[in-house]
Amino acid sequence: MSVIVFVEHDAGTIKKKNFEAVHYASGIAQKMGTTVTAVILGIVDNAEIEKLGAYGAQKVLHVEDSRLDELHPRAYTSALLTAIEKEGGTIIITLNDINGRAVAPRVAANLKAGLVVGALTYPDMDKGFVIKKAVYSGKAFAYVNVTSDKKVIMLMPNTFPITETAGKTVIEKLAVDFSEKDFRIKVNEVNKVTGEVSLSDASLVVSGGRGMKGPENWYLIEDLAKELGAATACSRPVSDADWRPHHEHVGQTGGTIRPDLYIAVGISGAIQHLAGVNGSKTIVVINKDPEAPFFKAANYGVVGDAMEVLPRLTEAVRKFKQHK
Amino acid sequence: MKILVCISQVPDTSTKVVLKGNDTTIESAGVSYIINPYDEWYALIRAIELKESGVASDVDLVTVGKANTEPVIRKALALGGDKAIRIDAESTDPYLTAVYIAEYAKSMDYDLILCGKESIDYNNGSVGSMLAALLDMDYIGFATEIKTEGNTAVVKREIEGGEETDSCKFPLVISCQKGVAEARIANMRGIMAARTRPLTVVTPAVDDALTSILSYELPPAKAGVRLIDPADMDELVELLHAEAKVI
Repeated sequence: MSVIVFVEHDAGTIKKKNFEAVHYASGIAQKMGTTVTAVILGIVDNAEIEKLGAYGAQKVLHVEDSRLDELHPRAYTSALLTAIEKEGGTIIITLNDINGRAVAPRVAANLKAGLVVGALTYPDMDKGFVIKKAVYSGKAFAYVNVTSDKKVIMLMPNTFPITETAGKTVIEKLAVDFSEKDFRIKVNEVNKVTGEVSLSDASLVVSGGRGMKGPENWYLIEDLAKELGAATACSRPVSDADWRPHHEHVGQTGGTIRPDLYIAVGISGAIQHLAGVNGSKTIVVINKDPEAPFFKAANYGVVGDAMEVLPRLTEAVRKFKQHK
Repeated sequence: MKILVCISQVPDTSTKVVLKGNDTTIESAGVSYIINPYDEWYALIRAIELKESGVASDVDLVTVGKANTEPVIRKALALGGDKAIRIDAESTDPYLTAVYIAEYAKSMDYDLILCGKESIDYNNGSVGSMLAALLDMDYIGFATEIKTEGNTAVVKREIEGGEETDSCKFPLVISCQKGVAEARIANMRGIMAARTRPLTVVTPAVDDALTSILSYELPPAKAGVRLIDPADMDELVELLHAEAKVI
């Protein structure tokens, strides 16, 4: 009855957030006196899969089928259900990300398992199986008790620091009896923006608002982001005006992010925007209006014109990186 | 083609969360309620567009909620839609919500079920995917564009670091976000028409919730902002490195 963790990969490379999911599963397994079985789908080298051992997976079930390199929610569910049945798993861990959202609720509905989306803590088992999660896009937190026997927990990425151990893992191939239905969705075209840090995994984010005055000034945000190795984001008015693509919009009606560092430039800090970013560990606000409400939610503030402050900050980061 | 749109009632985005009852509930007095923005701006409007362009024959709306959600459903009907179904239950657990909707939808032969990518109150984004499982339908999440070609949906969806175009034969559940449709405002004709459009109340068979919320908590107040001289960005970088330890 090991804890099952679903591990995603990006064209054969396992990302940090997936190691974090394994680490989280391992923490729960230790509390329950059991082990972790990871499930990985598609084409991945054994050398890459073996890395999961260092984060606490004693065993990995690998469904080596190239069709699974694309997201097929039904097929992923079939694979996970096969693994869960084989291992007698009652607790299933995934990430709260795009693929997790397509698969975990489907698995939960099949198992009649209670679901927690965006877990921020380990379960408190003294009070039942109680997990903290953000609600109202971060304006509040809820303590959710999962009362069913089987449980599906979707971890919020970038919640727990991870460290490698000397742990080793055993890889087993898993055969899954897929049906034709499992692959009804056809993927016609994939367009990936290369060379940029993806917003959902980014630990550093530079974000611009209306105070940037127009898309022609965005190079200032991009220069700083590049120097930091950060992702770029924006406020709703900016995305509504098509200055920036929609997927960069963070806030209550856009994406919710919780990076280590969020630098907000020319964003006043409306309650809807704060809701999407106030889980960030450190917030820097750059705004020429000293009365901007965002300063109340910030750790560090710079009252000044973004057009002047940004090049200075980019230069300061460059100097810092050189001397590090 | 028959479309079902799932509508959720949520507190207005400007709502300040206030806790009461020893932090076991969120204060509802003084809160104004709206249609969940993802459900309204994208799922509902796209369904209406598909009806206007002759692709869809029926657009039905469904919500799980008590009688106090009816003003919001009427508001949705004012934008469009032929009829609405209110499943008379509290929407607390995503599984239960999906079971109630599936129970209603299973005999209705919907070709397409649209919902928002998540509700802005509980941020679970899981009812659509659960519904697809319960109705044995396919599911595409985080859609940014929905087109139809005969019996097939052609859907652009967000993937990590980009976009993908999928096609899938109906029946299908799609969760919608920005890009799927342009928001619009109900006109007087729609508001008048909404009064006469049927709103049916369905009492669901009782089932067990699999989760419950024991209590709530507000985020801790920030210690206060430390202001940095705009001429001295080296100091900010040093603080981010040595004090905040984020770079």
